[in-house]
Formats: sequence, structure tokens, C-alpha cells
Amino acid sequence: MNQAIISAATEGGTNPLVPNPWEMLVVFAGFALLMFIVVKYVVPMFEKTFAERAEAIEGGIAKAEKAQAEASAALEEYKQQLTEARTEANRIREEARAEGAQILAELKEKAAAESARITAQAHTQIESERQAAVVSLRAEVGTLATTLASRIVGEALSDDARSARVVDRFLADLENQNAGVAK
Amino acid sequence: MIALALPAQDSGTFTPPGIEELHLPAIIPWGAAEGFSKQMLLVILSVVIIATFFVIAARKQQLVPGKLQFAGEAAYSFVRNGIAKDIIGGRDFMKYVPLLFSLFFFILVNNIYGAIPLIQLPTFSHVGGAYVMAAIVYVTWIAIGIKRNGLKYFKLATVPSGVPFYILPIVVPIEIISNFLVRPVTHSLRLFATMLAGHLIVMISGAGIEFLVMQENVLLKGASVLVLGGAIAMYMLEALIMVLQAYVFTLLTAIYIEGALHADSH
Repeated sequence: MNQAIISAATEGGTNPLVPNPWEMLVVFAGFALLMFIVVKYVVPMFEKTFAERAEAIEGGIAKAEKAQAEASAALEEYKQQLTEARTEANRIREEARAEGAQILAELKEKAAAESARITAQAHTQIESERQAAVVSLRAEVGTLATTLASRIVGEALSDDARSARVVDRFLADLENQNAGVAK
Repeated sequence: MIALALPAQDSGTFTPPGIEELHLPAIIPWGAAEGFSKQMLLVILSVVIIATFFVIAARKQQLVPGKLQFAGEAAYSFVRNGIAKDIIGGRDFMKYVPLLFSLFFFILVNNIYGAIPLIQLPTFSHVGGAYVMAAIVYVTWIAIGIKRNGLKYFKLATVPSGVPFYILPIVVPIEIISNFLVRPVTHSLRLFATMLAGHLIVMISGAGIEFLVMQENVLLKGASVLVLGGAIAMYMLEALIMVLQAYVFTLLTAIYIEGALHADSH
């Protein structure tokens, strides 16, 4: 029975395992052509695209990393500058405070000196004025005393000669004294 | 049984289509039996389709691909990474990507023909094409083996290491037969037989539906719906097998090449 099927199949010239050489040739030629196109165009183009894409992605990552590094460096720099600025400001403030204190001290000192000077000057002036007063008093006291004394004792003096001698002596003393002052 | 194989004379008997139906009359006949057949036309068409699609898809080379370029890249990457890189691996898989890529899409398109209405003929339902593909692969992996390992390759491929010497007389002939004789035969016939059988099943289903619809009996007419359901299921299965066989053929090629490359470690 199987024999019959096989013979029926082969009698018709259609044994499925017997190839048609022309078809084999066409398949071979077609596949060779396809291989040529694939090797020459398709694979290189796809591989180039893949390589470019990989490079673009890696390049992008590198770029991002660089930007990140730059940003953190800038941040660091700013922080440092800020710290420096703060230190500077503190320093300036401290200096100003010290300078202010110094100025204050100087001014106090100056004021004290000035006041001392003024006091001394006043003392000197007072002293000189007192001296002048003493001198002028000494000049005037004689006259006044004489005047006063003459008024008090004037009556008696005109009477007797003894009083005339006392007045003479007093005047002589005054004259001596005035001469001493004039000297 | 005879009735199945021989055309029946009376119309009351179901006459299924046979292998003869796969040999359509030549489009441009020459010689006695040979001519420019439908298969040849389909092979040429497949080359045009594949080359056009991938050249157009790859041509733009944009970093952010469009739809067409993305589809092309996905298809290319499937073979490049899914088969070549995974199986062959290492530094030198790129050398074999063009071959695997061409094999996969050439066989895929030529198989899928069987599922496309009006074309409805897988090229490899004729054994000639399958022989050619398997022969190309056979020559390739043997050449790779010799180039990589020298003539010592045949010893490496047939004498497994670590086998006791007294078993070698049995193992070596088995290795020779399985690697160098059976391998190309199974490689080609697997593709051819699945395509032939699938095509026959779809044809027989179609003929069965036609036969039942033409019957006078209403019940028999109605039974054609069942056959239609079965035919659609078989059609789907066949479409799956068409893709699967293209994948299997390419995968086996990658495995053979890998075996030839690393014959010393097997």
C-alpha cells in the first residue's frame, strides 16, 4: 500500500525530495545577492547608527558629569568666597570697634589734658591777679590808712607839735615804702 | 488509501490535492519540464522586499529613529543580539551577523508567502531551496572550523574529550555521522518538510471545504463550517511554524558556527 503511494507519487515525476536544479540556482543567486546587499549596505548602516547612538549617549553622560563637576566647583568657590567675605566683615567690624575705642580713649585723654591745662591757667591767672591786687592794695592801703587816720586823729594832730612829728615820721615811712615798691 | 493518492473519477468521492499541486505550471516555460516557476519569482521578490525594506529603514541613520527605522533596527537587533550575540558571543560574533541576518529574513519572507492570500506558496515547500540554504550553512561552518583550528578540527569535532578510549570506536562513527552526514540533511529537510506539510494541510482544508459545500446533503454542507474552523486554526498554526522554522534554521546555524569556532572546548 505504501509502495503504491510512493510509486504514485514518483510516477508523476513529483518525488518531493528531488530538487529542481533551476530553482536551486535561483535560490542560491537570490540569497547571494541578498547577502551582498546586507554585507555592503544594511549591516554597516545599522552598526554605524548603533555606534553613533552609543557614542551620543556616552558623550551626553560625560557632558552631564562635566557640567555637574563645574557646578559643584562653582558652588564650592562661592561658599569659600562667602566665608571669606564673612571673615572680612567680622575683621572690619572688630577693627572699627577697636578704633572707636581708641578714638574715645584719645578724646578722653585730650579732654582731661585740656581741662587740666585750663585749670592750671586759671590758677595762674588767679595768682597773678591776686599778686596784682596785693601790689595795688599795698599802694593804696598807706594812702587810705593815712587818710583814715588823719580823719580820726586830725583834730589832735593840729594841736600839738608831737603829732606833727608822728605824721612826719609816718609819711617818711610811707615814702620809703613807696620808694621800695617803685624800685 | 489508493483513492487518496490517485485522482478519483466519480465526483462523489473526495479527491484531496496532492504534492503535484505544489508544482504549478511554469510562468515562462523552457526546456521539457523546467521553466520559470512561481517559486523562482517569489525568491526574487523576497530579495527585493528584504533589501528594499532594510536599506530604506537603515538609510536615515538618525539617532532618534522614526517608526520605519525603529522597526528595521528592532528586526536587525533581534538577529544580531538575540541570535548571533547570545549564541556565538565573544568578540567575533559580528562577523557572522550578516549571514545570520540574511538567512533569517530570507527564510522568513519565503515562508510567510504561504500565509499571504493569492501568493499562498512557501518557497521552501520545494526541497531545492532548502538544500541550497543548508548547503551554504554546511560549507560555512566547516570552513570556519578549519580556518580556526586547522585540519585538527575534524579530530576535535569527532573525538570528544574525556571519553574512555575503549568507547571511542563507537562514539567516533556516531559523531561523524551525526555531525557531518545527518546534520545538513536534517537542517534542510526540517525546513522543507514543515513548509510542505503545512501547505498541504491548508490546501486539503480548502479543498475539503469546497467539496463539502458542493454536496447536496444539507448536513454535509453544514459540516463545512467545522472544517473551516479547523482550517483557520491550522492556518494560524502554520503561520506560527513559518516564523518558528525561520528562527530555528538561523538558531541552528548560529549553534553550528559556535561549535566550529570553539571546537576545542567541546
